[in-house]
Amino acid sequence: MSAHVATVSVGRAETLTSARGPRPPWQHRLLPTAVLVLGAIYCLIPVTWVVVAATKTPAELFSTFTFAPGTRGGLFSNVNDLSTYRSGEYWQWAVNSAIYAGLGSLLSVAVSAAAGFALAKYRFPGRNAIFTLLLGAVLLPQVALAIPQYFMLSKLGLANTYWSVLLPSILSPYGIYLCRIYAAAAVPDELVEAARIDGASEFRIFRSVALPTMVPGLVTALLLQFVAIWNNFLLPYIMLADDRKFPLTVGLYTMLNQGADTPALYTLVITGAMLAVIPLIALFFFLQRYWTVDLVSGTVKT
Amino acid sequence: MALTTSSTQTMTVNGWAGRPRRSRRSTASAPYLFLVPAALLFIAMFVVPVGYSLVLSMRASTVSGGGIGVRTERFVWLDNYRAVLSDPEFFHGLLRMVIYTLIVVPIMLGLALLFALLLDAPAAAAKRFSRISIFLPYAVPGVIASLLWGFLYLPDVSPFNDLLGWLGLPEVDVLGRRLAFGAVSNIAIWGGTGFNMVVLFTSLRAVPDELYDAARIDGCSEVQLAWRIKIPLLTPALVMTAIFSMITTLQVFSEPQTLRPLAKTISSSWMPMMKVYRDGFINGNPYVASAGAVILALGTLVLSLGSLRLLQRRAFAEDR
Repeated sequence: MSAHVATVSVGRAETLTSARGPRPPWQHRLLPTAVLVLGAIYCLIPVTWVVVAATKTPAELFSTFTFAPGTRGGLFSNVNDLSTYRSGEYWQWAVNSAIYAGLGSLLSVAVSAAAGFALAKYRFPGRNAIFTLLLGAVLLPQVALAIPQYFMLSKLGLANTYWSVLLPSILSPYGIYLCRIYAAAAVPDELVEAARIDGASEFRIFRSVALPTMVPGLVTALLLQFVAIWNNFLLPYIMLADDRKFPLTVGLYTMLNQGADTPALYTLVITGAMLAVIPLIALFFFLQRYWTVDLVSGTVKT
Repeated sequence: MALTTSSTQTMTVNGWAGRPRRSRRSTASAPYLFLVPAALLFIAMFVVPVGYSLVLSMRASTVSGGGIGVRTERFVWLDNYRAVLSDPEFFHGLLRMVIYTLIVVPIMLGLALLFALLLDAPAAAAKRFSRISIFLPYAVPGVIASLLWGFLYLPDVSPFNDLLGWLGLPEVDVLGRRLAFGAVSNIAIWGGTGFNMVVLFTSLRAVPDELYDAARIDGCSEVQLAWRIKIPLLTPALVMTAIFSMITTLQVFSEPQTLRPLAKTISSSWMPMMKVYRDGFINGNPYVASAGAVILALGTLVLSLGSLRLLQRRAFAEDR
């Protein structure tokens, strides 16, 4: 990408803005910029609101203007109340979310990388059939799976355990699809062949030759799966009955449901929601360069 | 690239130094071994549950004998399907789901395309800020997004009525019967636009600059450039995002389910998935619930495969 900018460089501004093509006069830039900024504001409204609302006391929530922050030190007491809610259940949910999403996405990427590598770099009978089957699974609604998964896992005595949320989250057809494209694009055939002639085992080739070149793609696949599990509601909602195994999504949902009878809980739900979105927003800022998803060719541009 | 070539050469040179070549057999079995974990999970978590769900959907439990009675399961074949399909509640849910999908997918993809094109156009400023901000909602779980918007819809908390008040307009109940669709759709559009924008934008960045330069020299304006060159080039990415968005939208569950405590107009069977959940877990009838889930899965499968087939040649032209 940068090579183009350097060779084409029509004007000085181009390298500075990284925009493509000549920069028009400011009158012509007003409307496009305004549209983009409006979109940004629309997207920021609820997030800004939750940060503001978390500083309000329960009384202020229903009386003051929406975007006016609380003035009676609500944030501190809200976080405090949330931490003591049912002897710290909220933090247990946060730990659970981290376990489900962290462990689940790591296992998922390991499985996807191996499968994607095999599908991209070997010619073998059944290759296309396997790939089509796996892709077909993308089209199955998760809902249609979660219910029989629950009945099946409960027969095995695994319902309402950490496994019941972890096991169905590991296989990601979409992750395999991405890894296949990454492996096809990033791992040169000559390198694999050379390592093979050199006497490296197939597993060694995968680990030492393919995996390192696939890393940027794997990070994207990991992030996508992490967010998918972290944000999942239906699966844990169906699988879990024990409050102390809930992830944040199910926990906050049950809290909101109780809040319908006791509005004092509303401020706790809002504070909990704010604390729950902060780690993921941080993840976005730190790993920004991996958030370039190419659904069609899968190449990762940085 | 230079590094790779040189290491390939040295390795090839070492390779010819007389090391034994491994048997063909280990190479032939290797891909299958790499696929074992995925295959096992696929069978355990996809094939078996789907099969089990098909069996369950054709069974029913009857209580025989008075008093406590004995629960027995038996095959009723397609009775459950008949029951689900003739249930007006399910039918109304399906209708709502279709309307909801027709609202969400075009608006969400239209906005995503607009923002992606603007990010790629030389004319717009504040790109970094906008790109990050618009993508941000992707980090917010659907349940939490619904919860945030749900509160913003509440008359006592909402800024909408304050705004309408300033403009001298009457107050509205955003979660009322007529606006409930808009309220739920807004949450999905808010949450999904950014991700699709990033997918489309990534696809646009892959186009070489020379193509645009040539068009500009020929006197093509930026708007023409977008219509005549960028959008046609984006077709495969648009097809993929449309299909994935449709699949997600058709199984909407968490948004309306979360809004229920705040909105009385959203019933427990507002969307078909909510009814399936209620049948299976609140009414304790896994048989009818399975039949409902199978019908939904088939519907989604037919719709998404149909649209994929229609547009497949262009989307996968390079992969095959």
